[in-house]
Amino acid sequence: MTGIIKTSSAASVKQSRRGAEESPLAKWALIAVALAFSLVFLLLPLVNVMAQAFVKGWACYWSSLTQPDSRAAIRLTLIVAAISVPLNVLFGLAAAWAIAKFEFRGKSLLVTLIDLPFSVSPVVVGLMFIVLFGLQGFFGKWLGAHGIKIIFAVPGIVLATIFITFPFVARELIPVMQATGTEQEQAALTLGASGWQTFWHVTLPSVKWGLIYGIILCNARAMGEFGAVSVVSGHIIGRTETMPLRVEALYQGATGASTVAAFCRGELAGAPGLVYAGDQDFPRMETGERISGSRSRIVDR
Amino acid sequence: MGHKRFSALPGFGLTLGFTLFYLSVIVLIPFAGLIVRALGLSWADFWHLATTDRALAAYRLTFGASLVAAVANAVFGTLLAWVLTRYEFPGRRLLDAMVDFPFALPTAVAGLTLANLFTANGWLGRYLVPLGISGAFTPLGVVIALTFVGLPFVVRTLQPVLQNLEREVEEAAATLGAGRLRTFAAIIAPSLLPAVLTGFALAFARAIGEYGSIVFISGNLPFKTEIAPYLIVMRLEEYDYTGAIALAVVLLVSSFLLLAAINLLEQWASRFQD
Repeated sequence: MTGIIKTSSAASVKQSRRGAEESPLAKWALIAVALAFSLVFLLLPLVNVMAQAFVKGWACYWSSLTQPDSRAAIRLTLIVAAISVPLNVLFGLAAAWAIAKFEFRGKSLLVTLIDLPFSVSPVVVGLMFIVLFGLQGFFGKWLGAHGIKIIFAVPGIVLATIFITFPFVARELIPVMQATGTEQEQAALTLGASGWQTFWHVTLPSVKWGLIYGIILCNARAMGEFGAVSVVSGHIIGRTETMPLRVEALYQGATGASTVAAFCRGELAGAPGLVYAGDQDFPRMETGERISGSRSRIVDR
Repeated sequence: MGHKRFSALPGFGLTLGFTLFYLSVIVLIPFAGLIVRALGLSWADFWHLATTDRALAAYRLTFGASLVAAVANAVFGTLLAWVLTRYEFPGRRLLDAMVDFPFALPTAVAGLTLANLFTANGWLGRYLVPLGISGAFTPLGVVIALTFVGLPFVVRTLQPVLQNLEREVEEAAATLGAGRLRTFAAIIAPSLLPAVLTGFALAFARAIGEYGSIVFISGNLPFKTEIAPYLIVMRLEEYDYTGAIALAVVLLVSSFLLLAAINLLEQWASRFQD
């Protein structure tokens, strides 16, 4: 008896699925259009970057990376990322803890303000720091009198990069922390754990993947930022040139496509794990998604 | 219910304090500086600096190309998200992972790569340029670059929404005799619309401010292929700070209007979800 019921319900499910799906022709036509679009806008640029990098072979690639000016640019980029990423991680953890675990007035205003850097053009970000610290800026005279250089120097590059990458970790962590709730932390505290112990052993492991994804995005942007850094750097070869600026200088100097391309590949080194991590992470991210807005808000600008 | 449930956890003062301090130092003070300088301009000066012929041409290109790119992303991004969530085909997981590629690639490298693809002897340019379609150093190049950088926004906004759609409703529509197209128009499209609009606005907002990927592919010819952010850089290189600030204010105000629109859209969308 039960067997008969099962069979008939299975059949009806199958039938109704058939009604709620496109015909194979429409389905494959949609797939074909999507693939054609992805070919032009995703696959070809990806393959082109790789192909350009190795067009003259490994030796050329290596030598273009080890020129003194290039080495200086790589060093500066790594320094800038090493300062800005940890600071933004610290901020992201603090902001996510306050926003996800507590209720307070003005919370939505705070979240909007955290998003603010996403809606500002990188060039305008650079301009803001020139207005503050440039020669004619608010603090320009004072800085000049004390011999401190921020604009056209490394501090300006660091500040601009921190501004640009400011929201990444926070926006990635907030939805994940909201999704995990507070019950586990409360249990840990009830059992006698200290606040820090609770954070390290309960909260951090549960948001691990969101944190890692945020760090990867933040780092990729920190190492790749062009507009804001270009405005405040002054392009002093060997001193204030980051890798993206070096790429531009090589391109304009027309020292050969392969040199430029080698740099392109070097640039990519900053974000090798992104595609992989994005793939790994996506199914789990959605839980957070439903709770607070869209994930794309979190991403690059 | 909120207050008592949350009050047991420690660290509220510390984390919120640090958050507000860091936010002020990194974002709010630089922002305020620019606003104060902008308010120092008289209205007549501002209007004069912000509406030169060259600036108007730059706005037209920036906003026009951003709009076209955002529309293209809304259409193809929706299609891509649909195909990725609904169908099984070889390479689906790879394609899904590749959607994040424009986020990962530094913008300057993206611009160089796209320019390389679309120049007369590039991989695509060698077929397209003889047909009269020139993607490098033209307004079309700007649209191409902006479509590339904006693509992930629509796809990544739509994917979770599509995954959460209840298939039973579509099946019910089919049982009641609706064709697939009618089901799409009457059942699926309305529930996707808020997310599509959000993704569209995000891609549009990003496109307005975009700089790095465009400067290499557009050629930056004044009145023809010069975007507004590039004009700001030009003003800065001439040490014309007030001119740069005036242009920056126009860009900022338009991004804020878009940000407000995004927030309204999200509220509207969440009303439907509840």
